[in-house]
Amino acid sequence: MLRVTGLTKSYRSAGEDVAVLRGVDLTVATGESVALTGESGSGKSTLLHLIAGLDAADGGEIALADINVSGLNDAGRAELRRDRLGLVFQQFNLIPSLSVADNLVFQSRIAGRHDAAWHDELVERLGLKNLLRRYPEQLSGGQQQRVAIGRALAPKPLLLLADEPTGNLDEDTADEVLHLARDLVARTGCGFLMVTHSARLAATLDRQVNLHAGVIA
Amino acid sequence: MRRPLWILAVLLSHWRRHPMQLATLLIGLISATALWSGVQALNQQARIAYDRAAATFGGSRTAMLVSKDSTTFPQQLFVDLRRAGWPVSPMLEGRVQIDGRSFRLLGVEPVTLPSEVGNAPAVGRGSLQAFVTPPGEMLVAGETLRDLGLKEGDRPQANGTSLPPLRVQAELAPGALVVDIGIAQDILKMPGQVARLLVGKSKAPHATLESVAGDKLRLVEPSAESDLERLTDSFHLNLTAFGLLSFFVGLFIVNSAIGLAFEQRLPMLRTLRACGVSARLLNTVLVIELVSLALVAGLIGLVCGYVIAAALLPDVAASLRGLYGAQIPGQLSLKPVWWFAGIAISILGALAAAAASLAKAIRMPVLATAQPQAWQQAQRRWLMFQSAAALAVFAVAAVLIQFGDSLIAGFAVLAALMLGAALILPMVLQIALALGQRSARAPVGIWFWADSRQQLSGLSLALMALLLALAVNVGVGTMVESFSRTFLVWLDGRLAADVYISAASDAQAKQIKAWLHDRPEVEAILPGGRADTQLGGAPIEVLGLPDHATYRDNWPLLESTANAWVRLRPGDTCLVSEQLSRRMKLAIGDHIEVPAPGGNWPLEIVGIYADYGNPKGQIAVNFAALTRRFPQTPQTRLGLRVAPDEIAPLITALQAKFGLDDRNVADQATMKRESKRVFNRTFSVTAALNAFTLGVAGIALLTSLLTLANSRLPQLAPLWAIGLTRRRLAALELLKTMAVALITALFALPLGLLVAWCLLAIVNVKAFGWRLPFHVFPLQLIELLAVAMAAALCAAALPVARLARMQPATLIRTFVNER
Amino acid sequence: MSASGTITRRAFAGGALALALTGKTFAQGFAGLGEHAEGFAAVTPGKPFIFPVDHGPHPEFRIEWWYVTANLSDAGGAAYGAQWTLFRQAMKPGGPSEGWANQQVWMGHAAVTSATTHRFSETFARGGVGQAGVEAPPFRAWIDAWEMQGLNDFDAQRVAPLELKASAADFSTALRLDADRALVLQGDHGYSRKSDRGQASYYYSQPFYKASGRIVIDDRPVDVTGVAWMDREWSSQPLAADQTGWDWFSLHLPGDEKLMLYRLRQKDGRENLFGNWITPDGRSAEIAASGNSITPTATAEIDGRKLPTSWRVALPARGLAIETTPVNPKAWMGTSFPYWEGPIRFTGSHAGIGYLEMTGY
Repeated sequence: MLRVTGLTKSYRSAGEDVAVLRGVDLTVATGESVALTGESGSGKSTLLHLIAGLDAADGGEIALADINVSGLNDAGRAELRRDRLGLVFQQFNLIPSLSVADNLVFQSRIAGRHDAAWHDELVERLGLKNLLRRYPEQLSGGQQQRVAIGRALAPKPLLLLADEPTGNLDEDTADEVLHLARDLVARTGCGFLMVTHSARLAATLDRQVNLHAGVIA
Repeated sequence: MRRPLWILAVLLSHWRRHPMQLATLLIGLISATALWSGVQALNQQARIAYDRAAATFGGSRTAMLVSKDSTTFPQQLFVDLRRAGWPVSPMLEGRVQIDGRSFRLLGVEPVTLPSEVGNAPAVGRGSLQAFVTPPGEMLVAGETLRDLGLKEGDRPQANGTSLPPLRVQAELAPGALVVDIGIAQDILKMPGQVARLLVGKSKAPHATLESVAGDKLRLVEPSAESDLERLTDSFHLNLTAFGLLSFFVGLFIVNSAIGLAFEQRLPMLRTLRACGVSARLLNTVLVIELVSLALVAGLIGLVCGYVIAAALLPDVAASLRGLYGAQIPGQLSLKPVWWFAGIAISILGALAAAAASLAKAIRMPVLATAQPQAWQQAQRRWLMFQSAAALAVFAVAAVLIQFGDSLIAGFAVLAALMLGAALILPMVLQIALALGQRSARAPVGIWFWADSRQQLSGLSLALMALLLALAVNVGVGTMVESFSRTFLVWLDGRLAADVYISAASDAQAKQIKAWLHDRPEVEAILPGGRADTQLGGAPIEVLGLPDHATYRDNWPLLESTANAWVRLRPGDTCLVSEQLSRRMKLAIGDHIEVPAPGGNWPLEIVGIYADYGNPKGQIAVNFAALTRRFPQTPQTRLGLRVAPDEIAPLITALQAKFGLDDRNVADQATMKRESKRVFNRTFSVTAALNAFTLGVAGIALLTSLLTLANSRLPQLAPLWAIGLTRRRLAALELLKTMAVALITALFALPLGLLVAWCLLAIVNVKAFGWRLPFHVFPLQLIELLAVAMAAALCAAALPVARLARMQPATLIRTFVNER
Repeated sequence: MSASGTITRRAFAGGALALALTGKTFAQGFAGLGEHAEGFAAVTPGKPFIFPVDHGPHPEFRIEWWYVTANLSDAGGAAYGAQWTLFRQAMKPGGPSEGWANQQVWMGHAAVTSATTHRFSETFARGGVGQAGVEAPPFRAWIDAWEMQGLNDFDAQRVAPLELKASAADFSTALRLDADRALVLQGDHGYSRKSDRGQASYYYSQPFYKASGRIVIDDRPVDVTGVAWMDREWSSQPLAADQTGWDWFSLHLPGDEKLMLYRLRQKDGRENLFGNWITPDGRSAEIAASGNSITPTATAEIDGRKLPTSWRVALPARGLAIETTPVNPKAWMGTSFPYWEGPIRFTGSHAGIGYLEMTGY
């Protein structure tokens, strides 16, 4: 479903081009969950951002289902994120002025893919029922990340992308949040690609891919 | 369609969580729009009135034929011209007194009145008959009817007869009474006479004027700008300048509120983009959000503007009447274009104030560059840039002072001065605070100064607003005070006689004079007179002054030759008013030729005198010479020197003997009181707008401090943690605010004096034609300083009080939340 | 403008005057004209006409006009028309007052028409001061610079010779009118009945003028000759309230015969035909109302109005059956009270030229 071939990306830093990705090949099948690991600066976040269409690659191809992601312009990539992808970040990235309920529905609403039954199920499974009227600043980190996962999965994306989703959480909370995410991914049947530096968490996914020096090891 | 609405809802949710920010933004927009549109409403109202006056049957918008000496002429000339193909319509004009008040009576001929003459009376078929056949009808504006306290159909008494029944005709200029020409001839006792002929635009062939009327008539071409418009230009420019200033002060507030809101919403915008909102859609919705807010604020602002205008209108009307004799109706009537313009200015203002923030949002990358802002470096760059801009603006001001020679240039100098000062203010504060920091020894002291410096970027806009408001207050206050002092001294000299009489006719004046000769308490009878002529194409007055010690000793001269008063006696020299000397660049020793009935009158200028408040140019000559050269001059004005104790009995005796009322005879004190009243009203609008501006600046300061207060917790929390009490912290915060406000106010004082100098030496000279001596009034400055500090105290009090009462938990949270 | 309605021939003089000063209140004001005659003199049959005195004004009657139309042609045979009209209206009954108190209001209309151009102008004046008026003898009618006056050897019976002048921004006319026979009384010896309810006017014409002179359109002078027709009419209550307009013809028939014919239209759709057949010796006979007809055959749209500019005229008893066409269908008088007035041609049993006036459309 996701096929990345020969992906390259370099950044200019201090007047020099630094190659971050040097020809990455990666696939994620439908319903498959993949952990992307690697040491700091190995380019795993960059790879995730490129797949998410947050940035454009220098070379290589990204194909998501029948869509050639690398061929899209900014508006096309925005549409891709909106309709086909779910994104979860380390800093939760909830909208502070919206209540939990509004944060949850917000992506599916702007994608025009709101499904009331699925929404109720998400609330139920993520245990957010009593938190709906609160604001993000009134939630714990684990609660915030559960809302973020709910928001990402509400439009039923093809692929859930997570960038260190548990990086700001303690171990127990991290396990619990990841457990919930895996369950929901399985329930929707979408692909799941998670960047993590924790081998322990990586091991709980179907497959582990290690990025080293800009290529898949 | 639903997608943008969802995004808009998300964006708006920010304001729900930050109502204070929203209030700030709206208050800024509302006050900007309100003051701007209020002033515009006043200007528009006045302009409508001028238009009505100009369009009332042969104002300056219509070409006219008048007699060579501007007197009336036989209506046969009208018939002869019509028979020769001229599209003319006759008019007669005179004055009538109703209940002691003087009104302008216009006689028109509705059948030939050119259709392009504005607001011709819509005389209907029935009403044509009613209008032209005796007793006829007298058309008046609704305001005039109210002023008279009469109703339609009433027949007021005047000139010894009953006037025609009153009928209201909208669009007529207030104060004008319009009747049929035949009826006007009867009322004014001028049978067969007309005052002028309005010339229609019809292009039918006609004989030359000379072949029909000989040299009896001359053609006066229409002018696009009415006399009133020309005269009152400066007054309106003044108002507009104030409106503009308030507008910009309001936009300062908007700018700071929007800047803060956008800064706080950057993460939200990033999340929106990450969730798949395209940059274009997001930017569009941001603009829509801003425009919607501006629309709401604009509407409220317009309502406030209306209220402000309605409140100020009586004073504006009084000023214009006192200064220029312009009649402005007391009821606001606004055109739709005013509402549109108000909304438009609100939206444009909001967009301008938000331009920087919007540009930042548009250029925003989706991925945050996570490095924290090196505020110190950024602030220094920003300060350098602003200071450079300030110097450039000052340079422009210097060039304008050197080469500008118009009222607009005068205001441009003012604007440049203030803009430059506002731009350089942060640098001034920075330097002052840095000096403070260097002199501090205790750690808390060092922190105090350093932290004040860090706060600068957040507060600077509000402080700029405060600076501008204070400077304008100092400037205008100094100008008004200078004017007031000069005016009063001048008035003392000018009103040197003890009793003033205005007789109804030359005959009555003679009788009064004869009677006065036998009264022992009358020390001197000083006849006066005034003739109208023109010089250099503009109308001027020729004032006749009797040769008497009263004038020699008291009449204030700005400049004169030796024994100017003696040289005035033979009638070949004159004094000129300051306005006239400036306008025509006349100096002592120059020669002028004044048109007089018997031919041009050559005069040498031997003195220049101040003639404040007179829109017309004036020359003063010996009274006897005036009556020789202008034999028609009414000799109805008398001034008397009377022993102080005898003044009241003499006035009573005069009133009883000659049937004079308060308007015809007055003592010096009454005249002075009247003059001062007119003078005071002239500046009451300026003073009111001044106060508004200061108020807006106060709001700017308050809102800036409120928005800053929350973001400052991370800076304050560590100090609290290391042992400063909340109360102490609050006191320090208050002290800091007061310190920067004080520095700003101290900077505003010299700036304000500079503004006053500009107003006195440049703007007034161009606008009114007189230059006033520049005085500094220390008490006034101290008073303003106190007001400024009080405003700052009020503005700072609320956030500081909140800090003092803050729950420790709130302070603790800043540590937890910090990444 | 159909609301302007209730009008007999050219009686709009007063109405137009009112309109010039009122605009919208016209219809209301005009209706009054049709209905009230109290205080004014009444029109009765059997009046003896006395000339030249009757060429002058009759201020005791409410309205009156001096109306000249001319069918002209230039050296190349191109057809032109010219109109010169002076209307008088009294605002209220009573003897004439002096100066501005005079209750008479005057209105002048002038026009020239060619196949491609129609120009018109109007002007207004109050009586009493000399801006407009009519005097006889010697005969002189004027308003502003427009003038119609008897020349040296003026004959009151022939109303000739006359000199006639009018000028406006974009045209001017100067004509000399001569006639070799006497004027003609219209209707029944000058009493012209307009309805069954007593509305009537005094009406005489001089249809036998020969005209010559010069007309100028846009500074281009054209020397012209032709025939002209003067109508003189005065009344105090010339129309009935339900009469909406008229179609009026003055026709120069072959052999110096003349025909004056008009149709008064009523609100209920009925119409009344009036007219006089004038023989070359000046005898005038009334046309019978029944058996004769005037019928529109073509309409033209001018100024947003539909006007019947071509007509069929049938007077079977006189053996007349003709079709008329306008020289210029756009001869619209866009004056304060607008109407159509212009030269026409006709063919059929008789061929010739004339003038057509249509009001109330």
